[in-house]
Amino acid sequence: MTVTDPGAAAVELAGLTLANPVLVASGCGGTGRELAAYGPLADLGGFVTRSISLNARPGGPLPRIVETPSGLLHAVGMQNPGLDHFLATELPWLAQQGTRVVVSIVGGSLGEYAELARRLGRSPGVSAIEVNLSSPDAPGTGVFDVREPFHAASVVAAVHRDLPRGIPVLAKIRTDVVRVVESARGVLDAGADAVVVGNALPAAMPDGRPAGLSGPAVRPLALRCVTEVREQLPEAQLVGAGGIACADDVRSFLAAGAVAVQIGTALLHDPTAAARAVADLRGAP
Amino acid sequence: MSIPTTTTTTTAARTPLHVTAEVLSVKKVGAYHHLTLVAPGIPERFRPGMFVAVSVGGEVAQSRLARRSFWIHRVKPVGGYGATIELVVEAVGVGTRWLTGLAPGARVEMTGPLGRPFALPQEPVACLLVGEGYAAAPLFPLAERLRERGCAVTLVVAGADEAHLLSALEARRSARAVTVVTADGSVGSRGRVADVLDEVLTRSGAEVVYAAAPLGTLHAVAVAAEAHGAWSQTAVEQPLTCGTGLCQGCAVPVVGEDGVARLVRACVDGPVFRGDRVRWVELIGEEP
Ligand SMILES: Cc1cc2nc3c(=O)[nH]c(=O)nc-3n(C[C@H](O)[C@H](O)[C@H](O)COP(=O)(O)OP(=O)(O)OC[C@H]3O[C@@H](n4cnc5c(N)ncnc54)[C@H](O)[C@@H]3O)c2cc1C
Ligand SMILES: Cc1cc2nc3c(=O)[nH]c(=O)nc-3n(C[C@H](O)[C@H](O)[C@H](O)COP(=O)(O)O)c2cc1C
Repeated sequence: MTVTDPGAAAVELAGLTLANPVLVASGCGGTGRELAAYGPLADLGGFVTRSISLNARPGGPLPRIVETPSGLLHAVGMQNPGLDHFLATELPWLAQQGTRVVVSIVGGSLGEYAELARRLGRSPGVSAIEVNLSSPDAPGTGVFDVREPFHAASVVAAVHRDLPRGIPVLAKIRTDVVRVVESARGVLDAGADAVVVGNALPAAMPDGRPAGLSGPAVRPLALRCVTEVREQLPEAQLVGAGGIACADDVRSFLAAGAVAVQIGTALLHDPTAAARAVADLRGAP
Repeated sequence: MSIPTTTTTTTAARTPLHVTAEVLSVKKVGAYHHLTLVAPGIPERFRPGMFVAVSVGGEVAQSRLARRSFWIHRVKPVGGYGATIELVVEAVGVGTRWLTGLAPGARVEMTGPLGRPFALPQEPVACLLVGEGYAAAPLFPLAERLRERGCAVTLVVAGADEAHLLSALEARRSARAVTVVTADGSVGSRGRVADVLDEVLTRSGAEVVYAAAPLGTLHAVAVAAEAHGAWSQTAVEQPLTCGTGLCQGCAVPVVGEDGVARLVRACVDGPVFRGDRVRWVELIGEEP
C-alpha cells in the first residue's frame, strides 16, 4: 500500500469536486490542445482558459513577453478569438477532456461581462466562470479597468445576476497586499463563490508599456496575500496563484489556507510542470 | 491554390516530448558550437524545419524562464546511444554561453521537436535552398530529404564572414550547385543574399524556394520567389517565450488561406510559413 499525500486528493471548490488542487492558470495553457500534447488534462484539477471577451481581441504589439530575473513581464493584450469562436471551436473539445473547465472572462463594460456570463452559463461543459478583475496590462487595452475594490464588486454582481444557478463564480483579484482583503471581501459580498489570489502584478516593460509580472519572483507576495485573506476572512474559499512551480510550492499555498492553486508561468518554462507537481504531491513512484 | 505537398504523419509521431537530454559532445566550428545530444524520442519525430526549446540551466536555472530555441541541424545514429540530435549554437548571451560551455555528460531540459516543418513537394521539382548564418542548419537535412525524392537541389549558403558560414564543404555533397555569399567577401561572392537571388532562381529553374535566415533575407526571398513564379517556404525566427504554443507571445502577421489577415503563433503555426502568406512589412516593422 502506498501512502498518499493529502495534497493530491480531490478537493471541493465552490461546490465543485476537483480531482486534485492543481489548475492551469489563465493565459498559460494555450487553447488546451497545446498542453494536452504533453499529458492528459484529466490529470489536472482543472483548466482555466485565457480570458475570453465578447468580440475577438487582436492583442498588443511586440514584444509581448520579456524575461526578467525569476519572472516574466507580459503584455499579451488578452488576444483571444472572441466568444462565438471560442464556443464553436474550443469549448467543445475542452469539455471532452475529463477535466474541470473554468472559462475566464474579460469585458469592456458591465454589460459585456453580464452577456458573457449569460451565454457561457447556457453552454454545456462550463464548470465555472473566472472573472478577470485584475488584468495588469488593462490600461489602454479597452477592458474594464478595475482600480478600486468596489469596481471589482460591481463586475461580480453583474456576472452573478446573469449566471444560471449552479455555475460558480471565481473572482480573480490582484496580489496587492494593501488592498487584497478589502477586494476579497467586496467580491465575496457581491456573490463570488471563491477568490483567486491572484493575478500578475502591475509592472512595466523595459519600454514603459504597462505589463504584468509573474513567475517565482512574485511567489512570496502571493503567499502573503493568501495568508492575509485567510486570516481576515476565514470562511472564504481561496485559490492561490503566483510563481507556483512545483509540489513544495503547492504545499505552502495549501498550508496558508488555499483550497486549490493555479500554475501559469512555470508551464511556459516546462509544459509538464503542472502534471509533475500533481505526480509529486501524490508521491508517485 | 495550394502547394502540392505531403505532411502526413500519425498523431503520436507529431506530439513533441519534454525530455532530459544528455550532451555527448561540443565542438567549436568557426563562430559556432556544434552540440550533439542524446534526446530520447526527439530524433524519431524530427522533420526538417523543426526546433527544440531548451531550458537554461546551471547557476541561472529558474531565474531565466524563457526557453531558448534552436533548429535541429541533424539527427544521426550513434553507436550505443540510439539516435542523437545536433544543434548549431552561436554564443550571444547568458543561455547560449551556458549551453556552449557544457561538458559531455551534462543534462539539458528540452522540449521538441517543435513547430511545423518544411512542406515537401510531391513531384521531383527543382528546389532552391537559402540559408544564412546558423539558420542554415535545418536546410542540410532538408536537402537530403529532397534528394531522396529526386529533386534537384541548389543551395545558397550565406554568412557575415567565413566563420559564420555553416558547413559549406558538406553543402557541396548534398546539393547539385552551391553558391556562397559573405558580407565581407572572405569566401564566395561579396554582398547580400538578395544580390544573388535573381541569378540563382533563373539558373536553377527552382519551383520551390526554402529559406532559413534573418527576417530581412526571408522577405527578399519571398519577393524574389513570387517574381519568378516559385513557391516559397520561409522559416521565421521570432523571439519565443515558451516555444510550445501556450503563451501567445510570438505573434506573426499573416494572410490566411481564406484571405483574411490575422496574427498566428510563430512556434506552433510556424516557424515555417509560406512566404506569400507573411505580412513582412508589418512583421519587420520597416519599409521594404
Ligand atoms: C525557431 C528558432 C530557431 C533558432 N535556432 C537557432 C540556432 O539554431 N542556433 C542559434 O545559435 N540560435 C538560434 N535561435 C536564436 C536563439 O534562440 C537565441 O539566440 C537565444 O535564445 C539567445 O539566448 P541567450 O540567453 O544566449 O541570449 P540573451 O540575449 O541573454 O537572451 C535574452 C532573451 O532574448 C531572447 N532572444 C534574444 N534573441 C533572440 C532570437 N534571435 N530569437 C529568439 N529569442 C531571442 C531569449 O530567448 C531571451 O529571452 C533560434 C531562434 C528561434 C526562434
Ligand atoms: C503570458 C501570460 C498570459 C496571461 N494571460 C492571462 C489572461 O488572459 N487572463 C488572466 O486572468 N490572467 C492571465 N495571466 C496571469 C496568470 O493567469 C497568473 O494569474 C499569473 O501569471 C500569476 O501566476 P504565475 O506566476 O504562475 O504565472 C497571464 C500570465 C501570463 C504569463
